[in-house]
Amino acid sequence: MRKKQTAGDRTFQVCLYLLFGLFTISCLYPFYYLFINTISSNDLSAAGDIKFYPRGIHFNNYVKVLKISGLSHAALVSAYRTICGTLLTVGSSAFLGYLFTKKDMWGRQIWYRFIVVTMYFSAGLIPWYITMNNLHLTNNYLAYILPTIITPFNIILVKTFIEAIPPSLEESAAMDGAGYLRSFWSIIVPLITPILATITIFSAVNQWNSFVDTAFLMTETKYFTLQFLLWRYLNESSSLAALIRSSPDMAASIVNMQTPTSVRMTVTMIVVLPILIIYPFFQRFFVKGIMIGAVKG
Amino acid sequence: MELPTEGVVPAKPAPAARPQRQRKLANKHKLFLMALPFLIITFIFYYLPVSGWIYAFYDFIPGIPLKDTPYVGLQWFKSIVANPTQTAEVLRVLKNTVAMSSLGLITSVFPVIFAILLSEIKTGWYRKLVQTLTTIPNFISWILVYALAFSLFSVDSGVVTAILAQLKIVPEGYNFLASDSHIWLKMIIWYWWKSLGWGAILYLAAIAGIDQDLYEAAETDGAGRFRKIWHITVPGLIPTFFVLLLLSIGNFVNNGMEQYFAFQNAMNKDSIEVLDLYVYNIAFANNFPFATAVSMLKSLVSVFLLFAANTLSKLVRGESII
Repeated sequence: MRKKQTAGDRTFQVCLYLLFGLFTISCLYPFYYLFINTISSNDLSAAGDIKFYPRGIHFNNYVKVLKISGLSHAALVSAYRTICGTLLTVGSSAFLGYLFTKKDMWGRQIWYRFIVVTMYFSAGLIPWYITMNNLHLTNNYLAYILPTIITPFNIILVKTFIEAIPPSLEESAAMDGAGYLRSFWSIIVPLITPILATITIFSAVNQWNSFVDTAFLMTETKYFTLQFLLWRYLNESSSLAALIRSSPDMAASIVNMQTPTSVRMTVTMIVVLPILIIYPFFQRFFVKGIMIGAVKG
Repeated sequence: MELPTEGVVPAKPAPAARPQRQRKLANKHKLFLMALPFLIITFIFYYLPVSGWIYAFYDFIPGIPLKDTPYVGLQWFKSIVANPTQTAEVLRVLKNTVAMSSLGLITSVFPVIFAILLSEIKTGWYRKLVQTLTTIPNFISWILVYALAFSLFSVDSGVVTAILAQLKIVPEGYNFLASDSHIWLKMIIWYWWKSLGWGAILYLAAIAGIDQDLYEAAETDGAGRFRKIWHITVPGLIPTFFVLLLLSIGNFVNNGMEQYFAFQNAMNKDSIEVLDLYVYNIAFANNFPFATAVSMLKSLVSVFLLFAANTLSKLVRGESII
């Protein structure tokens, strides 16, 4: 027997729907706004006339922007660090997480804490920079991927996940004489693919979004990532205008001439697109990650 | 040589046990050796930088080896209180840090409210849709957030600037991002735009885990919507909230740099510079030793706060957070 909805109840419900609707739109609209502006006539866009739907659709902005010198190289650098960095993180987190489930390890508790503590403590920016400099990791591609080998949070996730697997599965393999490496590879890895998927997606997004390390460690343009180039375009409009003037191909077309604004928007769209594309497919992995992390985080 | 007794075939316990123990011993070291390379990497990237604290005690200039630079003892630390301009600057930065962190602490109930209200929505697909779409901003970098803001709030073509100007909330031609006014408020709004949906996920999961019988029992007792929320949902969320709150107390001096770095400019710099950004800015002005001294103090305060939060957690919950 359910109570009839009172008028107050109904108003409350309607307000909730509206409230969440508005917030959801506020989360999505910026992306949409950017997109319609990059494919609309650049004159209308510069006048602020493109608000809700595209007008004078063209894809010149994308064609032209991809020709900016350095941009495609930056995309490669971003792709490189995303792929290599993620592979390293996932591989090492999986293996190290597995090793830490082995109670036989000498000093296991101490070493585990040795790694986990680093989540809560940092020496600070400058000491870190000086260390990286001393290790010759400034202006060096390795600086993007080596530090990510140890990601304490991922190691915790994997360890927690493996501990929930019945040990009998691995013990039977040990009976058959499989060593640690064998049983890690053929027993554990297939069982922990869900958590590996989660940390893969987490670290891929982190790598793609990373920015601070480039700002500190890299001074030569060939090490710049897309995020860093975008930041430069946002802050140095004069250099961007010069860049546009200096590329004859960009200024040549009278219609839909490139402006600093159109370049900025298009580059933003290019940087954000990979995340928007993978997001719907991997959303559940993100959620799973935060859940497991919360248990032991 | 022992003789078999009772006519039973000897079970050979001793020879079997010894290899096993030896194997265990070997495993002990084997496992450690396999972990060792990773421990070394951890040491290099996380522990070795601590040795850089030594620069805080020298009059170090980048490019000149440390052995050729004069040792100045605590001069850089003393300058924080001894030099009036320095003191004023540090106080300004501390004010920003405390303001942003306090705003963060106060508003940390937002995700709780978000989760409670969202779970009141009865249409499943709508709830799911809101939850999925509002987490998107969490996965783009602060640079990208700034880039979006840059387009939406641009002075001559930004749609939000135009709307705000039309509503007479801001004057015509208002430069939202370059303005210094309400910068703390703006920063916290950007922060929650990015993090609210994501932050609510844990609480939504906690709500889903609450025993439904409790609600039914409360309903039979005549409890309305708000009493059910107050007496069942809220108590169910408090443990999670408490842990996160303690962690953010531990991080009180660490606002992170990226958000402030992305949004800083010459106009708003004075009110946006939190400690993390300040360290970066003075380092970029080539004052390495002072930047090191500040980050050293910051790390020490941060560790102290974390221990305090942990002790508090042990006292209240009987469980540690780290």
